[in-house]
Amino acid sequence: MFANHKLIAFETIVIKEVRRFSRIWLQTLVPPAIMITLYFVIFGNLVGRRIGEMGGFQYMEFIVPGLIMMSVIQNSYSNVVSSFFSHKFQRSIEELLVSPVPNYVILTGFIAGGMARGLAVGAIVTITAMFFTDLSIQYPWITIAVILLTSIVFSLAGFINAVFANSFDDISIIPTFVLTPLIYLGGVFYSSQLLPPFWQFVSGLNPIFYMVNTFRYGILGSSDVNVYWAFLILGVFIGVLYSSCIWLLRRGTGIRS
Amino acid sequence: MTIAISLKDVHKVYANGSEALKGISLDVEQGDFFALLGPNGAGKTTIIGIISTLVNKTAGSVEVFGKRVDTHIYETKLDFGVVPQEINFSQFERVRDIVMTQAGYYGLPHKLASQRCEKYLRKLGLWEKRNERSRTLSGGMKRRLMIARALVHEPRLLILDEPTAGVDIELRRSMWEFLTEINNKGTTIILTTHYLEEAEQLCRNIAIIDEGKIIEKTSMKSLLADLDSQVYILDSAAELPAQLSLDLSNTGLRRIDGHSFEVTVSGDQSINEVFSRLDQQGVQVSSMRNKTNRLEQLFLARLRDS
Repeated sequence: MFANHKLIAFETIVIKEVRRFSRIWLQTLVPPAIMITLYFVIFGNLVGRRIGEMGGFQYMEFIVPGLIMMSVIQNSYSNVVSSFFSHKFQRSIEELLVSPVPNYVILTGFIAGGMARGLAVGAIVTITAMFFTDLSIQYPWITIAVILLTSIVFSLAGFINAVFANSFDDISIIPTFVLTPLIYLGGVFYSSQLLPPFWQFVSGLNPIFYMVNTFRYGILGSSDVNVYWAFLILGVFIGVLYSSCIWLLRRGTGIRS
Repeated sequence: MTIAISLKDVHKVYANGSEALKGISLDVEQGDFFALLGPNGAGKTTIIGIISTLVNKTAGSVEVFGKRVDTHIYETKLDFGVVPQEINFSQFERVRDIVMTQAGYYGLPHKLASQRCEKYLRKLGLWEKRNERSRTLSGGMKRRLMIARALVHEPRLLILDEPTAGVDIELRRSMWEFLTEINNKGTTIILTTHYLEEAEQLCRNIAIIDEGKIIEKTSMKSLLADLDSQVYILDSAAELPAQLSLDLSNTGLRRIDGHSFEVTVSGDQSINEVFSRLDQQGVQVSSMRNKTNRLEQLFLARLRDS
């Protein structure tokens, strides 16, 4: 397959993915906006006024980066896991598998779809946040880099979940029992400096803690973690997850008999 | 003659231990219209799955136009299109989007994809439905949509896994005409079907598969020539005489009712002789039909023998 054919195939997968989540915008784009608005109203405004400052910032300002990152993580993940599993469930994945599209193009297409939804929701949440607080970005390149890399990581993770999923229950187990606790314990709502040393150490084992704090550093200029260390972790995660996805596709796990 | 598809000693053992294919070897020539027949669970769909790479073979080799599918993945996949047994497109997408998406997977530029999409949707009578969601289509339309999708990159080899299952007779015949037309234009076609009449009408060569093994591979003509006898049902406009006899060796007669009777004619016997004897007894035949599908008789006989 020539490079231009691969590019057309890649575009086709991305367009199909964007068309899919845009078609069901009431399920994909609106709920995060409503949920995040509630977070801003309840935690940021009502509770936040009583909390005062966190990490040297107004509580509302402090939680905005974490809430944006939470939306990007959840939506990148859920787009890929639900889309790829639907393809498996409806057997429309066979359209792709019998075609000459290389595995890495299939994977990159789905990842780009996940990123598109994650970033679209991230943009909606950011715009919503602007109604509640003044948002100025201290380090734009760090902000952009970390949000892109994080959406790649969780799109890849969603892909692996979808490959092994055999039922719709299987695609909600990881988000409910693994992803959500890791996000909530990843410093979205609090600074790790409030924690005793043991729990600070435990937070350091949570990869989402590094992503949230690096994103917060990009926006507010303050972080509980070393930013270079965070980018290294993101790079390692992307490398390991991408290789795993390609290996699974090559083996045909969950998609070929 | 170029070989379109070649399977050599292909084995498949599924994860649950069931041995679906036990050393299948098969060559299909370019331009052929080839039937793969067998009872349910014989291994037909597994063969198609292995050719189309949806099923990983356990052993053996598969070549499409001289290139191995596992080493020349991209070249070989450009050469064939697959129409699977079960509906496998998204039920939420529009008809045109399904075909255009498939064209995109094959790297067709948008303009060419658009032209091909219109060409095949028109040919298969789906152009008027192009903006409808696929779930609103009838069963027959969904089957035709899968054929349009498989043809959009204009493959040299088309593999159809029971494409007319559940399709009414009128639509089935129009699909036969369409498939004959593209075969006449040079597309090699491999067909699995439960409708033996379909294989008899369309295919030049045939392989019968049972329990993962090929038990017969021959031309349709020579297979049908193997028939020992054929059974016809004849109807007479007038009441049949009380005593009716053909008095011919290797030919049997059985009265069904006052106007109809059954004649068994051996392979070396001419049906004209039967008519001549009937004429001598004053019987005017108003209509005649085969009692059973000829291929069906053979198919069942081969399965019994195997």
